[in-house]
Amino acid sequence: MSTNVAQFQEAAARVTADTRQRQFIRTALGNYEIARDKRKAAFQSWESARQAAALTKWEAVNHLDTHLEELVAKLEARGTKVHWASNGTQAREIILGIVAAKQAKSIIKSKAMTSEEIHLNEALEKAGFEVVESDLGEFIVQLRGEAPYHIVFPSMHLTRGQIRELFARELGSTSSDSPEELTMVARRVMRHKYITADIGFTGGNFAIAETGMISITENEGNARLTAALPKTMVTLIGIEKVLPKLADLALFLPMLATAGAGQPLTCYNTMYGGPRQPGEADGPEEWHVVLLDNLRTELLADAEQRDALHCIRCGACLNVCPIFRNVGGHTYGTTYSGPVGSVITPHLRGLQDWKHLSNASSLCGACTEACPVKIDLHHHLLHNRRNAATEKPAFLERMGYKIFGIIANDPLFWSLAKKFGWLTQPLQKLVMGTALDPARAWTKTRDLPPLARQSFKDWWKHRP
Amino acid sequence: MNEREKILTRIREALKVPAPSPGTHAPASHLPVPGVPGLPSLRVPAPTTAAPVEARRWLPKVGPGFPEQLALFAQNAADLKATFQIFANWTELNAALVQLRDAENWQRVASHQSELSSQACAALQRPVCWTDKGYDVLALESCDVGVTECDALIAQTGSVLVTSRSAGGRALSVLPPHHVVIARREQLVADLPAAFALLQQKYAPEFPSMMGFITGPSRTGDIERILVLGAHGPKKLTIFCV
Repeated sequence: MSTNVAQFQEAAARVTADTRQRQFIRTALGNYEIARDKRKAAFQSWESARQAAALTKWEAVNHLDTHLEELVAKLEARGTKVHWASNGTQAREIILGIVAAKQAKSIIKSKAMTSEEIHLNEALEKAGFEVVESDLGEFIVQLRGEAPYHIVFPSMHLTRGQIRELFARELGSTSSDSPEELTMVARRVMRHKYITADIGFTGGNFAIAETGMISITENEGNARLTAALPKTMVTLIGIEKVLPKLADLALFLPMLATAGAGQPLTCYNTMYGGPRQPGEADGPEEWHVVLLDNLRTELLADAEQRDALHCIRCGACLNVCPIFRNVGGHTYGTTYSGPVGSVITPHLRGLQDWKHLSNASSLCGACTEACPVKIDLHHHLLHNRRNAATEKPAFLERMGYKIFGIIANDPLFWSLAKKFGWLTQPLQKLVMGTALDPARAWTKTRDLPPLARQSFKDWWKHRP
Repeated sequence: MNEREKILTRIREALKVPAPSPGTHAPASHLPVPGVPGLPSLRVPAPTTAAPVEARRWLPKVGPGFPEQLALFAQNAADLKATFQIFANWTELNAALVQLRDAENWQRVASHQSELSSQACAALQRPVCWTDKGYDVLALESCDVGVTECDALIAQTGSVLVTSRSAGGRALSVLPPHHVVIARREQLVADLPAAFALLQQKYAPEFPSMMGFITGPSRTGDIERILVLGAHGPKKLTIFCV
């Protein structure tokens, strides 16, 4: 068994046994659902909006090369420096190069899942730079030395008491555990960081080809400040984030807010088209945009699952997923968790090592229904299972089914098998749950009902 | 071949196989493994080209007349915990500003030089940190309020549309703890598509380097999903319209 599977099973068993934690997550996501449904109902037609968004993303992803070229030409025309990175190593080298050239000491970051994906913080810290996450949730998990629990709500697994203790230990704060006071502690720490940081680092939610802009969605204002005060700004964005037209945002901004957080629009939705332009009051002197491939082109090459690149990282599929709700975000051991993470991680990190995520699914389809851009998520989980089995068939499983096929196809074998079952089932009861139990994988957490004394076929034959 | 060419080549190579239309499953011809039966198709009629985004038909509804739109904006602003007031004339607006100044004890004001904002600053009679030609960040940070103009107010969402050109740069509308927007009633637009049309019409192709929607005061829910205002940006957003 691979270590990833063992890690997943161990963590899943631990978290599902923690009923307090599960209750906590369920309450938070239940409140999210109420807010989201209210916002969805405000749309004249949420379903038509989903279809339009899916079509727009389809157009963008299926003509990715032309849209990217337009985006880059427009960005460069306004003085932005564009870099291309085929993988995480290249992206880290590019960013480290910029930071070193600027002789920077400290870097302020606004939330970016791409930076988690390429483990940027570790690389920067190893090279001796101070990195501060400015998004409150990211700041909290950074202080704990943890990965984000959820792609939109990084610290949703922590109680206010845990955060108070963390702030007291790491920041020497004497705040009570009121969320208001705790937020103000972070605000005060961060104010100083914004003013002294040499580099502002951001991710991006959408890249607009038509006008050469990066659009950033947030609630706190941390990305606004990150893009305003430091002299150099660096943005890392996946190549799949392109949208053809500026006006496409009129649909995507409210849909992202509705699906992601149950808001009509998040507090700040900002489009950046360049560094400080002549005549403007402020803004960075230099803006570097790093376009990241990191195996996205591999996913693009799988036409069947190409729509997974439509993902706008709203987290809606995580929020409704019965698996995510019960095993939690850290159990996945991936940058992108939940259904979309289970779909794309095998493409980004290897199918055989991560196929277990596609098996850990009830295939209920709640994710597909929740997705604002209509990614066929639960079918892609099936596609991953099929691809994994085709690529590397499991010998014992195949033999098992072959033997079952032979038995089930032959009335004589079938009736013998039934008799064998009646004879051996009482013996199985004696060892139930112990290491000797051949059905242990099943009986550990489930009942094994007794075989009926009379089969339907027998009853039919001797029916009154 | 540089990385740009390598990535573009990989993309073009990948796109040689067409993708199924959104909302449908892949037909068998798209299966990566020949000979393996495919999943049943949903048989949803496939759109041939991407439809243009006609967002207005699907987004939350906005009434056609000014009074309805104004009422909608006021309702949205209230839901977002922003303060919105409309005044009959400048005298009333200035009086409300002075009242707010005294209530919150503003000592220093930050603003940019433009018709409405300069006028408001004159009424406030406090030292002003002007951002137009560059400014000292610490001085701006120590201001009690940032007074800006905007490009539009959006009825549909209760948002304020600002740009680095219309609102005194990037930081003025987010660094001080209170953001006051001075707007004209003609600046009210119905919805997001109208706001984007306005940006295109007003600025294309030389767009300001920052254009953004501000929808209520800065907020976070990162601690137990409980709403807290003023996470990093302003704790208060006041929109005065004349």
